[in-house]
Amino acid sequence: MTTLLSASNVSRAFGGVQALNLCSLEVEKGSITGLIGPNGSGKTTLFNVMTGYVKPDSGTVTFNGEDITNARPDVVFARGIGRTFQLTRIFAQMSVLENMLVATQHDEGWLRGLTRSKSSPLEVDNAMEWLEFVGIARLADLQAGSLSYGQRKLLELAYVLVADPDVILLDEPAGGVNLTLINQIADKIRTLNAQGKTFLIVEHNMEFVMNLCDSVTVMHQGTDLVSGLPAEVRANPMVLDAYLGGGDDDEAPEEVVHA
Amino acid sequence: MLQKKNLWWVVALAAFVAFPLLQKNPSYQTIGVWTLLYMACAASWNMFSGYSGYIALGSGVFFGSGAYTMALISVHAHMAPGAAMFWLVPVAGVVATAIAVPFGWISLRVRRHTFVVITIAFFFIFQNAASNLSFTGGTSGLQLPFITWGVSYFDLPFYYVALGLVIFVTILSALVRRSRFGLQLLAIRDDEDRALGLGVKVQAVKITGFAMSAFTIGMAGAVYAMFLGQVYPAGSGFAFDPLFDLSIAMMSFFGGLGTLAGPLIGALILESAQQYLTVNYSNGSLYLILLGGLFLIVFMVMPQGIVVAIRDRVSKRAQREKAAVADNELLTAGAAK
Amino acid sequence: MNFTAFVDAAKDGILTGSLYALMATGLTLIFGVMDIINVAQGILVILGAYLSYALSVHLGIDLFVGLAITIPTLFVVGIVIEKAFLGRLKGPEKTAMSILVTFAVALLIEGSLNMIFSVNPVQLHAWYVNRSFSVGGIHFAYIYVAGFVLAVVMLSALYYMLYRTRFGVSVRASLADQASAALVGIDVRRVSTICFGIGVAVTAAGGMIYGATTTFNANTSYDLISRLLTIIVLGGMGSLGGAMLGGVLLVFVGNIVGVIAGPIWSTMAYYVLLVIVLLVRPQGLFGKQSARVA
Repeated sequence: MTTLLSASNVSRAFGGVQALNLCSLEVEKGSITGLIGPNGSGKTTLFNVMTGYVKPDSGTVTFNGEDITNARPDVVFARGIGRTFQLTRIFAQMSVLENMLVATQHDEGWLRGLTRSKSSPLEVDNAMEWLEFVGIARLADLQAGSLSYGQRKLLELAYVLVADPDVILLDEPAGGVNLTLINQIADKIRTLNAQGKTFLIVEHNMEFVMNLCDSVTVMHQGTDLVSGLPAEVRANPMVLDAYLGGGDDDEAPEEVVHA
Repeated sequence: MLQKKNLWWVVALAAFVAFPLLQKNPSYQTIGVWTLLYMACAASWNMFSGYSGYIALGSGVFFGSGAYTMALISVHAHMAPGAAMFWLVPVAGVVATAIAVPFGWISLRVRRHTFVVITIAFFFIFQNAASNLSFTGGTSGLQLPFITWGVSYFDLPFYYVALGLVIFVTILSALVRRSRFGLQLLAIRDDEDRALGLGVKVQAVKITGFAMSAFTIGMAGAVYAMFLGQVYPAGSGFAFDPLFDLSIAMMSFFGGLGTLAGPLIGALILESAQQYLTVNYSNGSLYLILLGGLFLIVFMVMPQGIVVAIRDRVSKRAQREKAAVADNELLTAGAAK
Repeated sequence: MNFTAFVDAAKDGILTGSLYALMATGLTLIFGVMDIINVAQGILVILGAYLSYALSVHLGIDLFVGLAITIPTLFVVGIVIEKAFLGRLKGPEKTAMSILVTFAVALLIEGSLNMIFSVNPVQLHAWYVNRSFSVGGIHFAYIYVAGFVLAVVMLSALYYMLYRTRFGVSVRASLADQASAALVGIDVRRVSTICFGIGVAVTAAGGMIYGATTTFNANTSYDLISRLLTIIVLGGMGSLGGAMLGGVLLVFVGNIVGVIAGPIWSTMAYYVLLVIVLLVRPQGLFGKQSARVA
């Protein structure tokens, strides 16, 4: 198994808060890797570092053997890494279909955009396919702002997929969503994984993580604590400690705000 | 539906073309010229600021630069007064665009709130420069070659050139809206960071949009200079007018930010009203009160602007209902599995 | 270069700068708490100046005494404006809209002032306005010193309010994060309205000094508001300390440049300084770093 994406000894401080402290993470190609940890452990910050939104103070991020530590988000995306956000972000004033068309499907110069029309039939078909896949195709012409929360989550998933990324980072895909939808999302992830896509998922919903992921990394206070198979990690006493005696968290989580 | 919309444009165009032929009074024709110039500027401004959400309040820089370009070249090249000077109009546009590039590069690195203020700062730098440098004629400005077309005929060429600008910028805006570039601007407006994360080259797109919007405004400035016969940096009705910046922004909001027809309608109403009031009630202050009051009233009633208010009333409710129905289906479909 | 000229420029810079600092603080407070850029601040300063003028010329009330009337009046004006027009501003375009709405309000006020007072420039007069005293060979104009003292007093009062009163705590919380403030039970609406009132009230004081030291009419508000905006951006929008430092810095630098290169360049120095600072620190001197958001 090859490592597709990895972070190596990444550190990052914000003012007095050491958000990441020599954190390392490896994502195997073709896996569904889970990233869990108590609030404030640095999960979202790690995502931000890995996708270019935040520069680390030290450490490296490698993708497919290439160092992408200081790459800008658009470059990271062009390399084949897609991500979603914890608080779902969509382009509210544009239609659902237009949301899908924003994701550049190949790295072309900005100048080209001037002369190119908004969408070629091929792109529209591709977009519609993905919308179909997540189940919101019939909403294609609606203004994205009028979608419900669950629909937005699906849209966000769809437009990340439209550029056919190799690895997808999901930040709390099951957050604040009803049970039916959670299962649907898990199904979609499995389907895509079977087609060869790699996933890195941050989640609080333990059942979701344990059922879905091949391997799990636990973060605590900015660094990686333990990595391994879900069952092992679950039983590990250090992990239980980190969660302050907690363990299972079966109910659907509410919105959490990370440091 | 599509046919109907296009029809409106055709009718409007015909009306504009016919206007000076039917309305022979030169002072009303002059109102027409001013109105068209403002319409072109508002539409051009909207092409960047409306689509991207970066409210630029320094566009006066482009207008003034265009005016000064026209003045400087026509004076220093000793041009004969007349229609030949119209060739300088696109040149002025190019100059304005050239200025916009470094201006944009510096100001677009900051976030929206700061961007607004930095554009204002740039405006005042330019105004000050124009007042203080000798080659721009200092505070008294420059006199252009005096055009001696007859009084009854004078306004017409300017009117039609201004109309040409309006047509040009409207077509350009429509093309931008339809292009991938336009999509990226809109994405930047809704969520710039997200757009960046989806591969949009945000900085390059912003600067390009900004520079493009400068072009027509520069051209309008050149027409203005030629029309007026002189340019000067400060005073009333001058090349670098802070009121200009805010006016075109207001007109666009008034009509509907980010729409195609919005800025045109906004400018049409507000500018012709202003000019009318200035001509008929030489008390300039009354117009300020009316302008401010009018904007506030519209803002209260239709905060999105006129065009959007009309459009939304029809479609939004229908959309919400549709989404709600789909959501319900999604839930029940899953449960049935 | 004349050393005395420098000292004069520096001294004037600090004295006058404090005045701008006061007015700019009001502006940045409004932005910090409400995300609103009050473009009408310039014309409100002029309104304050005209009020002092009216009281002095028509009722013979001394300029400083008149502040007891003009400050509360402008406070009320601020509250009225906020309640009438700014309450409904919300959403992603809030700040952009606020510029246009406050500009429209400014137009209303400008037009009204022109009609009431005519466009002829005026200046406030009092026995102390053109007098000065000297210390060690340096001249201090009474009015500027008084203005400085006034600015210091009002800023101190503002600081006292912010750091020693319960209301002040609410304001600081709202300044830091509106959403969180609301979550802990702070009535953000009420805080906003009152802050707007305060932000406007300080213009009364600023206006009086401004009017005593410059000839003005409604049109001078444009120059004024652009300076104020430049100050708050330089200092960092929403930062009170930044506004104060920015105010002093801007006038100071402008005066120094004026001595070196000639007075016509001193105004431009403001704006060039702003551009330079923003190139290096896009968020202004004390502004919050706008990190990429996730």
